[in-house]
Amino acid sequence: METTRKLIRKQSVEKLYNALTSNRQVYAPVVAADKQIEYRYNPGFAEVTFGHIRSTLSVKNVVFPKVENLFFYTNARSESTITDIDMSRIPEVVLWGAHPCDNAAFDTLRSIFCWDIKDEFFSKRLEKLAVIGLSCHLSDEYCFCTSVGLSPDSKKGSDILLSLLKNGDYHADILTEKGNEIVKSAADLFETVSDEKEVITEVKQKFSHEQVTSKLSAAFEHPFWVENSLRCIGCGACAYVCPTCACFDIQDETRGKNGKRYRSWDSCGFGLFTLHTSGHNPREVQSQRWRQRIMHKFSYMPERNESLGCVGCGRCSSGCPVDMNIAEQLEALQNI
Amino acid sequence: MDNLVKRAKELLENKTVQVVIGYEAGPTGVIRPAFITDPEKAGKLIYNDKCDQNLAVYLTKKEVKNFGKMAIVATLPVMRSIMMLISEQQLFAESIVVLGISADGNLLDIADINIMQGYIEKSDLSNPEKYKALLAELNKLNPEEKFAYWQKELSKCIKCYACRQACPMCYCTRCTVEVNQPQWIPVQANTHGNMEWHILRAMHLAGRCISCGECGRACPVGIPCHLLTMQLTDQVYTYFKVYAGTSDKMNSVLSTFEPNDKESFII
Amino acid sequence: MSDFEPKVVAFVCNWCTYAGADLTGTSRIKYASNVKIIRFPCTGRIDFMLLLKAFANGADGIIVSGCHPNDCHYTSGNFHAKRRWIMFKELMDFMGIDMNRITFSWVSAAEGAKWADVVNATVTRIRELGPYVSYKEMVDKSVEEEVKNG
Ligand code: SF4
Ligand code: SF4
Ligand code: SF4
Ligand code: FES
Repeated sequence: METTRKLIRKQSVEKLYNALTSNRQVYAPVVAADKQIEYRYNPGFAEVTFGHIRSTLSVKNVVFPKVENLFFYTNARSESTITDIDMSRIPEVVLWGAHPCDNAAFDTLRSIFCWDIKDEFFSKRLEKLAVIGLSCHLSDEYCFCTSVGLSPDSKKGSDILLSLLKNGDYHADILTEKGNEIVKSAADLFETVSDEKEVITEVKQKFSHEQVTSKLSAAFEHPFWVENSLRCIGCGACAYVCPTCACFDIQDETRGKNGKRYRSWDSCGFGLFTLHTSGHNPREVQSQRWRQRIMHKFSYMPERNESLGCVGCGRCSSGCPVDMNIAEQLEALQNI
Repeated sequence: MDNLVKRAKELLENKTVQVVIGYEAGPTGVIRPAFITDPEKAGKLIYNDKCDQNLAVYLTKKEVKNFGKMAIVATLPVMRSIMMLISEQQLFAESIVVLGISADGNLLDIADINIMQGYIEKSDLSNPEKYKALLAELNKLNPEEKFAYWQKELSKCIKCYACRQACPMCYCTRCTVEVNQPQWIPVQANTHGNMEWHILRAMHLAGRCISCGECGRACPVGIPCHLLTMQLTDQVYTYFKVYAGTSDKMNSVLSTFEPNDKESFII
Repeated sequence: MSDFEPKVVAFVCNWCTYAGADLTGTSRIKYASNVKIIRFPCTGRIDFMLLLKAFANGADGIIVSGCHPNDCHYTSGNFHAKRRWIMFKELMDFMGIDMNRITFSWVSAAEGAKWADVVNATVTRIRELGPYVSYKEMVDKSVEEEVKNG
């Protein structure tokens, strides 16, 4: 689709939001009581924040929820019955105000969930998702989108991308058919572009991801990994807040005769993630798991999925209890 | 902290220890753990009031133990954690050197475990003031409000287990949440599963928690899960008159008993 | 709530309370039939997680019972259990989980009549309290969360 740019005035943004929430689930960021930024369904417009840098959790849960039921079963004495999930229950969701890094992550996730077999749950959720992104006019020391081929106003993954203008209005880049549908449904709110300047933050490039990728292929045995992961305590915080981490666990949970199979988030940083039934663990110590995290994102994924496993949102680093700063380590790795 | 640096350097130079576990400022200025093996790098060590991580968690970490004998920068909670680890046979007193730090931030001379025990005994071992206030507020709520509060907080939990990994006393290589024959705790992170997980965690730390607050600090979504274990710390003291981590020989409260333990609810 | 029949699960040790409950029966003492007894080797084996599982699976009330102090078949299982119950009770109180729904008791093999009293008193109390709605709601809501996956 040919992309077009329109103008949407400050006052009209509220109208658009209210129109959308009147007949759809809109998932939008708010500042919670404890000051954390979290996304909620259909909060009042006054609550929605336009000035956040990053939400504590990413928004990957709209396509890859922390728990996804896969099917239900009933065990009778002689036979079992399986009931599939009613896919029509997956709701249409509009993701509102998510930043370009988070939106680009949907592409990354697709490269994982659909690389050979198309994962039906993921695909359905993605199909039902429309993204109204918001370019970043703020950033902090943890941001590094520009080091992973993105930028504070990159359009990847958004259906419409809003960018703040100096006078408080927004430019709306209409990027896909889904975006166009939304615009058409509220056509009177969109005007012709003005020459007002956009406010886009500057994010300094910290490393070249191509160079990191090329260095990693020979760095498997490098002492770097042990030296730089001694402080890692092996929790799953980085993976769980990450917009592109896609590891999951599959479990059956039975109550009496009935049960369900579901998948839930998991992390390659956990000690038991690779533990075999035999007792052997190919990734026995934390440095091997930390290496896996970086290798997967910056070496294996570019090689196999033709995508980079990181969008530079900086969440893992700002959320890490022991300051495992991924950008800092990648910066070091490019010169290894 | 010149004394600390000097002492650490000495210990490494004369090969008393092979690694010093302490704090440094990372490139972005954030305080983080440091593992110094080269005496020339001892200058990186710092100590200030932002150094609040409980470093004792590293004393049971394989890759750190591999260095050999360890020296550790230890504030009161770290010293108490060390006592717990020794009393639970997770650590030998001979394999560490304690670089004690007093409440006002000065290097203490902790020559051995007995001296450390003396220091711990004369310190205030109840929950830190800032947490006492929070606990008092929560204790004022009625049961419905309490249940609502914990449901709201725990619904946020993503089961990343940072709280567990950060706690020196959660050293099990296979945690009960990971046991699936039977599956004690639902793997999924929903309010119910999270509630069960946190009850289990608090119960397993009853009488063992030394009130460092590390679990709550580590939580990426800001759940005050340390208040659960700290409440039990208070209760352990009320009922049994002991605080965890006060001696290298103590038995933990829930693995011992006194025939005349008092309660008022068993009929 | 007149048609509400409380579901009560009793976790009891094999050597005292289970035998006591047997005696209640052989002595032909009548007591409320709302209780489902689960036998354990010893109170020391009654993990607190089991009590939570009972609530999650629809119990309105719980009884936990074993040998009197000093009478445990394994000498000290019940002393350990007592400490654990004290802590569990305090934690539940702190989290707002209703401890009025759990009866802890010592019932010996000779106390058939006491067992009947314990059960009857518990069932009467739970009848007054009504079904344990708030816990069940939490469990159901959790299932809803998954469907919505917010
Ligand atoms: S690896 Fe870290 S910076 Fe990269 S996308 Fe994941 S959370 Fe964001
Ligand atoms: S406060 Fe938390 S981290 Fe510290 S000892 Fe207690 S449970 Fe462990
Ligand atoms: S650190 Fe927080 S989110 Fe992670 S498991 Fe513990 S309470 Fe849950
Ligand atoms: S055998 Fe009855 S309580 Fe131990």
